[in-house]
Amino acid sequence: MALVATAETTRKLDAHALRADFPIFEQRPHGKPLAFLDSAASSQKPRQVLDAMTTFYETSYANVHRGVYELAERATAGLEHARERVRAFLNAPDAREVIFVRNATEGINLVAYGWGLKNLGPGDLVVVTELEHHSNFVPWQYIAGKTGAELRMIPLDEHGELELSALDAIAREGNVKLVATGLVSNSLGTINPVSKLVEWAHEQGAIYVCDAAQGAPHTKIDVQALGVDFLAISGHKMCGPSGASALWGRTDLLLAMDPFLTGGHMINSVRLEKTTWGELPHKFEAGTAPMAEAVGLGAAIDYLEAIGLDAIEAHEHELAAYALGKLAEVPGIQLYGPPANRRAGIVSFNIEGIHPHDVAQILDMQGVAIRAGHHCCQPLMQKLGVAATNRASFYLYTIPEEIDQLVEGLHTVRKVFA
Amino acid sequence: MSEFDQMYREVILDHYKNPRGHGVLDPADAEAEGQNPLCGDEVSIYVAFGEDGETIDEVKFSGRGCAISQAATSMLTEMVQGRTASDVAVLDKDELLEEIGIPLTPVRLKCAMLGLTTLKVALHKAKGTPLPEGLAGFDELELT
Repeated sequence: MALVATAETTRKLDAHALRADFPIFEQRPHGKPLAFLDSAASSQKPRQVLDAMTTFYETSYANVHRGVYELAERATAGLEHARERVRAFLNAPDAREVIFVRNATEGINLVAYGWGLKNLGPGDLVVVTELEHHSNFVPWQYIAGKTGAELRMIPLDEHGELELSALDAIAREGNVKLVATGLVSNSLGTINPVSKLVEWAHEQGAIYVCDAAQGAPHTKIDVQALGVDFLAISGHKMCGPSGASALWGRTDLLLAMDPFLTGGHMINSVRLEKTTWGELPHKFEAGTAPMAEAVGLGAAIDYLEAIGLDAIEAHEHELAAYALGKLAEVPGIQLYGPPANRRAGIVSFNIEGIHPHDVAQILDMQGVAIRAGHHCCQPLMQKLGVAATNRASFYLYTIPEEIDQLVEGLHTVRKVFA
Repeated sequence: MSEFDQMYREVILDHYKNPRGHGVLDPADAEAEGQNPLCGDEVSIYVAFGEDGETIDEVKFSGRGCAISQAATSMLTEMVQGRTASDVAVLDKDELLEEIGIPLTPVRLKCAMLGLTTLKVALHKAKGTPLPEGLAGFDELELT
């Protein structure tokens, strides 16, 4: 029998070396090294991103799209370069389909208002999942309520993965008009089978909206290969600053939609009797854009691509496997979610008899930052039968020593509550 | 004393593990349900008044949450026993904080105040006493 050697196609990243790019790790909270295990809530920022924004402010700052002077032109070029970087990052066909928004939540609201109000009505179904972050649940519940459409949920199995066998029954209950799911669960780390969901949505004649806030930082996204109709990313979760995120949508859908926010910049002409909307993407970008932040997002994409999304993904799988193994040794621990090879770098758990808030507080005193709460996933918490969980999440700069610090900290938590 | 012991001092852990006044009154003269949306802590408070219809004869609470929220509510039930509704409606939060006796971050302060806020809402619904700080002006319908 011949052994076949598989080529090493995935680059490997050196998290210990990358940490030097992140000034935040220079501090020692409570005299301990900072173990930052809450990147799923928001990631830390490398110096390269901070420098790009500072340079923009110091050398190229003016309001975009308006001034005719050179400085305004440079600022506009900076913003539009960032848009092009987002387009390439998502492999979108056209940069005019990339709309800058404050956060992924705003991007989803843009679709809910701009598309949903116009296209949903009684008898229509909006399908989401039990896994959703509130960002991709509440807007649909709200718009369904406003239009008379009904909300349906794709249930979860015992591993925290979607039960696709339920889809047929949902389709029989009404006219499926829109399917909205996350790419990666922020709570369990589950990676959803987006291509299958897109295929099903399109078979129903529905559009598919992807909340990629938790997916984009960790895995290569290609909107054309995925076949999605809309996709929202969150800049601050992928090394960019807060305040600049993006929504991508198909041109034909964006053109047929009503605007979400109205006001300055998004118009073609304004007359007393009627205003006409601007071209894409300006129709959806009312008011002054988050210019420096968008430049920072562009720099964050440069940073991630230099490391390689494949390397980041592999690093996180490794950390998830390491963490699941180490955490399983803690007495009284309950781990949630799928096996390491089917999840991103997110681990949710509970310690028997100790509320997550107390766990997180005692960990904080040991320099360990984790998230405790419902992670904006109350429907999921209901399903798990808990009010809250602890969540440790990892990113490109996470090192195994931080997970060791977490596990050590959990032993102290148990001692305090013994 | 270590940092942990300062926050999770013996009396807090004791109230958490052996909550006083834990249970339900059915029927109750006053009741309300409170939630801390930040962490999902839940507390329901039930009050029975004495013959004068003013003095708190018995208080019970049910719910789930972190040690701080549950211990603080447990302490509260002992604190308000025998006091009048109008007195408790204006009970200063510092009085409860003194009893809790540990330094609290702003987030944990919300945990600690959940029981007191919920009790004040219950008294407001039953007796029309003033709503707790921060809830004044809320529509009746929003208070469950």
